[in-house]
Amino acid sequence: MVTNTISVSETPQVLYALRRADDALILGHRLSECCGHAPTLEEDMALANIGLDLIGQARALYALAALREPSLEGGRANTEDTYAYLRDVGQYRNLLLCELPNGDFGRIIMRQFLYSAFIDPYWRAMMKSSDVQLAAIAEKAEKETAYHLRYTSEWVIRLGDGTPKSHDRMQAALEFLWSYTGEMFDTDEAEAMLQAEGMIIDASAIHDGWRTTVQTILDRATLTLPQSAWMQKGGRSGRHSEHLGFLLAEMQQLPRSEPGAVW
Amino acid sequence: MTPQTDALLRTRVLHALDDVTDPEIPVLTIADLGILRDVQVHNGVVDVIITPTYSGCPAMNMITLDIETALARAGIENFHVKTTLSPAWTTAWLSESGRQKLLAYGIAPPQEGSGRGSLFGTVEVACPQCGSTDTSRLAEFGSTSCKALWRCNTCREPFDYFRCH
Repeated sequence: MVTNTISVSETPQVLYALRRADDALILGHRLSECCGHAPTLEEDMALANIGLDLIGQARALYALAALREPSLEGGRANTEDTYAYLRDVGQYRNLLLCELPNGDFGRIIMRQFLYSAFIDPYWRAMMKSSDVQLAAIAEKAEKETAYHLRYTSEWVIRLGDGTPKSHDRMQAALEFLWSYTGEMFDTDEAEAMLQAEGMIIDASAIHDGWRTTVQTILDRATLTLPQSAWMQKGGRSGRHSEHLGFLLAEMQQLPRSEPGAVW
Repeated sequence: MTPQTDALLRTRVLHALDDVTDPEIPVLTIADLGILRDVQVHNGVVDVIITPTYSGCPAMNMITLDIETALARAGIENFHVKTTLSPAWTTAWLSESGRQKLLAYGIAPPQEGSGRGSLFGTVEVACPQCGSTDTSRLAEFGSTSCKALWRCNTCREPFDYFRCH
């Protein structure tokens, strides 16, 4: 037996919460794939811990989406679990950056650094949201992402300014990931509405600060910021890379093949 | 129910919760850690308010279960365990007795104000075994979300440091 995919009533508030929750869940899941595979035990624990933080943040955001979503036909409501396990690729709203395959340790670190340098100031600004529940989630998440940013910054510097081999790998990771960073600062009509109400901030306001943080760390890491301005987009509206389908197949296999399984 | 009986019930609840410890650091009670935020009693109905240390703290379900068990054992029936996110948990809520218990348990308590910002964090942490401040950080993330792994350069013992948060 296979469980059917759910339908979601994506009001602007629900869409907003799902986008941020999906970022955290998918990136958290990618980090969980490193469990047992990191170069040393210490880094294995660090990546698992960061993944755990992100999945915890995803849970809070999914719970909020469930609270805000109008009831479905027959009074049924979606839950944290149905959002995570019973939506298909086209319904996921995460940034493409979050779903990219891990690659080597350098790329894992670089992806986490580029994201953390954005999401930490983002949540800090969101602590002033007029929505008390979003402000509470932001307050909690920001403390955690501050550590993620410090940890990844240290590694970017250590590896970039390390051996010729580690330097080249970090530069290659940066070139590979760069065109996926633009999507973080995007906004659309649904979010513009929530911005007007003071519920959310305009992500594009984070861009200059992010760029400064990234430039500062890359300078110390002797890495060069890519010049290309072209940016790949699509995740926010459900147009994903082929990689997400494989990730979901693994993540959703159990709840889809054993509906309602508990232990 | 009178306000007096509510107050008595609240005392019983707090007493029962004295036995509930953190599953990962069993020397600390949830009150020591600041996870227990409040106990409210209205007309005989008890609300126990807790907050997670970290968003993804895997111990929260177990802590909730332990609270339910402790209250049931104390013969208290009409209660709810509620989770709140704001204000966000901080290591500043760790009680002084909690800090002493941590130290005795071999975990260096958090150095306030040292948590964030600086690259290659420069916080000075005293070894919980020998007291030396000649220590170095081995890893930012330790055996649980709330700890980092450190080493003492004097007595050569590795130890956990409760991260400032």
